[in-house]
Amino acid sequence: MEKKKEQATVISQEMLADGIYSMWIRTEAAMQARPGQFISMYTTDASKLLPRPISICEIDKEGGCLRVVYRVTGEHTGTEQFSKLKAGDQIPVVGPLGNGFPYEKAEGRKVFLMGGGIGVPPILELAKQMTCEKKQIVVGYRDQQTFLKDEFEKNGCLYISTEDGSVGTKGNVMDAIRENELDADLIYACGPMPMLRAIKDYAEKNNIECYISLEERMACGIGACLACVCKSKEKDSHSNVNNKRICKDGPVFLSTEVEL
Amino acid sequence: MDMRVNIAGVEWKNPVTVASGTFGSGAEYADFVDLNQLGAVTTKGVANVPWEGNPTPRVAEVYGGMMNAIGLQNPGIDLFCERDIPFLRQYDTKIIVNVCGHAPEEYLEVVERLADEPIDMMEINISCPNVNAGFLAFGQDARHVEELTGQIKKIAKQPIIMKLTPNVTDITEIAKAAEAGGADAISLINTLTGMKIDVNRRTFAVANKTGGVSGPAVHPIAVRMVYQAAQAVRIPIIGMGGICTAEDALEFILAGASAVSVGTANFHNPRATLDVIEGIEAYMKKNGFESVKDMVGIVR
Repeated sequence: MEKKKEQATVISQEMLADGIYSMWIRTEAAMQARPGQFISMYTTDASKLLPRPISICEIDKEGGCLRVVYRVTGEHTGTEQFSKLKAGDQIPVVGPLGNGFPYEKAEGRKVFLMGGGIGVPPILELAKQMTCEKKQIVVGYRDQQTFLKDEFEKNGCLYISTEDGSVGTKGNVMDAIRENELDADLIYACGPMPMLRAIKDYAEKNNIECYISLEERMACGIGACLACVCKSKEKDSHSNVNNKRICKDGPVFLSTEVEL
Repeated sequence: MDMRVNIAGVEWKNPVTVASGTFGSGAEYADFVDLNQLGAVTTKGVANVPWEGNPTPRVAEVYGGMMNAIGLQNPGIDLFCERDIPFLRQYDTKIIVNVCGHAPEEYLEVVERLADEPIDMMEINISCPNVNAGFLAFGQDARHVEELTGQIKKIAKQPIIMKLTPNVTDITEIAKAAEAGGADAISLINTLTGMKIDVNRRTFAVANKTGGVSGPAVHPIAVRMVYQAAQAVRIPIIGMGGICTAEDALEFILAGASAVSVGTANFHNPRATLDVIEGIEAYMKKNGFESVKDMVGIVR
């Protein structure tokens, strides 16, 4: 019984880009949190029962605070409700959940930290906590609204791609790697499925150890309901079939252990 | 105050269990809830062999609830007996194992395998709307329900709860068939078959196209069906469908359920079960009920 749903307190909220919001909350979840983990955030609208799994963008252990950067997915959605919360408001959360990035492996290595779209935020805390030989942050956006850019610049060598070419390399994060002739012997990535497929493929062709963070529709968020599974290469010891639970066994997986 | 209930000869310390599939085998929720405080733990359905379940997305939120089409992913009875039963045996709660299958032989194989396991009851899922080979259709046919119940009763060593689908024209027919087949109890409702379309992606919200709707949105339908079933059979009824609060649970009890299951609410509030138990106690105290049994079916 060491876990519970708690009332976190909103410390601040701001809009970073169209539909992208940043919120700091005071929560007990901050004590144990690691980069790449997520929290379940709950609306106070009784018609919306399920938690929203939101990745952790920054961790302030001393202050007992977490930062989440999230996308509002539409009108009347739970995330829209989150975006209207103000300093002092309460928000129910459970967490931290999931495994997080194994960033200790980066010591002394050349690393890509790759994020795309709303998969960009968890890369920030990873970049902050990680020590390595060469920290290359490669993040992809739709357009010139390159949220979190300033923070990334302080935490590594930043390469940006934009779909419309307005900033950095025109195209996606893989295009940015090619254009800048970058290489690495370890990859951490979070982003949309087509991006993760391309990165997994690149990593496996070049024999690079690669960790990818997956997402899927969730219900319980703690490993009980088996809604958010992904295909695993080998039979999983818990499920006894070729499925792993993204919320519990992930969200971060070694690229070679899952099939996308 | 006496919170105990007796379901087909098995005494639970209180009338609250969990709905199959919403609680795994308890291990994940044990971090949030003292399982010793539950009347019983009802496990996620288990089959004779491991099942992979459906493609994702497997869930979607709907107004006042959710829709799921997990497809009964489960590790198979062997691993279940080796891992999940010993885990639950550490706790002072009753163990109800939910059994699923595609065909009578598969159910019977699991029931036989469980006969000598230290479990208290079995719940037979003849009502999952998300499995193609379609024992939903099976649970919709009174003659089949009676026959399967009879076959299971012949080999089962623990009391049998038949779990009924609400996706039928007349729930009393199916309830009576289960009773005629020798069921020791019935539980209802399983989920209501629904469909949600994602208008932005212009496709189905869950990969299976249809899914089972649960949550507070279905609660009044479930209460109505439990009431109808209670008028039709004498065996105990475990009522479920959208219970979020003690009041929701009490509606089932007053309508004729001897016990209740908390399901989807676990996802919203991991300690929903304990809140319901505490709320039932508070209600009994306030209204002068000595025993849960005294409330069962008193609204007629």
